[in-house]
Amino acid sequence: MSDTELIANPFLETDLNVSAKRTEKLFKILFMLMAGLLILPVLIILTTLVVKGGGMLSFDFLFTNPTNGMTEGGIFPALLGTVWLVGVALIISVPVGVAAAIYLSEYAADNWFTRSINLAIINLAGVPSIVHALFGVGAFVIFFGFGTSILAASMTLAVMTLPVVIVATRESLQAVPPAFREACWNMGATRWQTIRRVILPNSVSGILTGVILEVSRTTGETAPIMFTGAAFFIPVLPQSVFDQTMAMSLHLFVVSTQVPHVPEGLPYGVALVLIAMVLLMNSASIALRMYLRGKKKW
Amino acid sequence: MDMNTEESIDAAVGLAIHTDALNLWYGDFQALYDVNLDIKKGRVTSLIGPSGCGKSTFLRSINRINERLGYVRIEGAIDVFGNNIYAPEVELVQVRKQVGMVFQRPNPLPASIRENILFGHKLHNRERKYSRDDEDEIVEESLRQVLLWDKVKDNLRRKATGLSLEEQQKLCIARLLPVKPSVLLMDEPCSALDPKGTAAVEELIWELRGKYSILIVTHNMAQARRASEECIFMLMGKVIEHTNTADMFVTPQHQETADYIEGRYG
Ligand SMILES: Nc1ncnc2c1ncn2[C@@H]1O[C@H](COP(=O)(O)OP(=O)(O)O)[C@@H](O)[C@H]1O
Ligand SMILES: [Mg+2]
Repeated sequence: MSDTELIANPFLETDLNVSAKRTEKLFKILFMLMAGLLILPVLIILTTLVVKGGGMLSFDFLFTNPTNGMTEGGIFPALLGTVWLVGVALIISVPVGVAAAIYLSEYAADNWFTRSINLAIINLAGVPSIVHALFGVGAFVIFFGFGTSILAASMTLAVMTLPVVIVATRESLQAVPPAFREACWNMGATRWQTIRRVILPNSVSGILTGVILEVSRTTGETAPIMFTGAAFFIPVLPQSVFDQTMAMSLHLFVVSTQVPHVPEGLPYGVALVLIAMVLLMNSASIALRMYLRGKKKW
Repeated sequence: MDMNTEESIDAAVGLAIHTDALNLWYGDFQALYDVNLDIKKGRVTSLIGPSGCGKSTFLRSINRINERLGYVRIEGAIDVFGNNIYAPEVELVQVRKQVGMVFQRPNPLPASIRENILFGHKLHNRERKYSRDDEDEIVEESLRQVLLWDKVKDNLRRKATGLSLEEQQKLCIARLLPVKPSVLLMDEPCSALDPKGTAAVEELIWELRGKYSILIVTHNMAQARRASEECIFMLMGKVIEHTNTADMFVTPQHQETADYIEGRYG
């Protein structure tokens, strides 16, 4: 028998292990607690809204006009208005943002021009939404002459979401391994052929979901649309992007604070629908991600 | 040498690793079939076989890294120096301490050479305060053992990631030593290195023989031949042959072994 076998089993727990494991457990519990804490506000908000506003929900609530000084009736113009605003904002910001991100990720050399674009993106992301609103008034409503309209409001939203669209897209592009690019170049593909055939197909799931996720957050924005295209109360539906419109976020603000004698459940009902819209978009984006992931080949 | 003397030498040498009907599954896929191996103490044993035959899987079950993947199932036993490392009372950290592992790509931590050497040591010796001199001694001793001391002694504060791959791999071996492991597992430790680096690391492995029990996976027949005393040939999750390296390469007992060694497949 060798001497190593004679000494005690070296694999048994020592005092040092015990104390290390105690610390390990402590930190794990601490971190888990913090993560769990996150669920709390979501739960509280959702239950409050469902309890207090759930009773408001009905077909009529969703699909009729508000009546009687917005204290009765439905929210259809606001609902449709928000769909318009977010939809048009998406149509503008996605192509611009994705193209810009492709340039920055795939073409740009590291020089002063690229660095200043990156700096602009960072700063744009830091601009408060009320400043975007005033910029929108100056640029789109007055200078370009769109007036207070869906177009002006959506463009303001688009400018505001551009940085996050670019960042989300750039991250998805950079997640494609560099070896794939080298493999393409090595076979004589141009940059555009590489992007078109390998990089985009492999990053489209990340791009789409990232973009939808980011843009869905603008659904709730109020300040940027308040001066540029959203109106207090318009009983007719918008016919084109040059019309003004009602919007869910502004409507919630109005019925909560500006109009007297509103029944207690109404603002909760509006908030519930607004949150449901955002959650619906998020779920759609997650479903899309899962569908596209399944088709991914690496 | 007749059978009797050989057996008595084996008994005197003692076993570093003993496995008993080791079976391992990744989900439904069985990667190891009834592996029964006796790996001797203080020897360099090489593990050869075509890609995907389970060499890494076997290695990784000896320091219980496989089980981090939730879907791995293991049956049978692995004894290291006579103690079953899969016994319920075993502390995983102690297994990792006793059984060090070196990977294919050198993975020094992004810190200085000195800090890399002292990292494991500090983790496992928190109850005692070591003086600077003690630590210097540990660093020197470890680096000397891996034949790196003369090269880096004036640059111990340098970033470890700035070293050449060969030096990084030696550092990764040196980093294990202050923790006083008894077994060193090496998974293709030279495959990221150039021929000169490979020769240097092989020389080091040969140098460490006797002090540690070393199990090294390699794709390089010449390396198995040069740098190991015993050799195990695996095929599709099974051990086909385990003998002295010299015997295996001269008179393989199985047709599969002969085919593999002569490069007919793999
Ligand atoms: N993490 C894993 N999950 C599922 N199967 C694995 C995993 N790792 C290895 N395998 C499979 O187990 C078999 C043995 O792999 P491995 O031990 O890495 O072989 P080797 O190191 O000899 O090339 C292979 O068929 C491989 O596909
Ligand atoms: Mg392997």
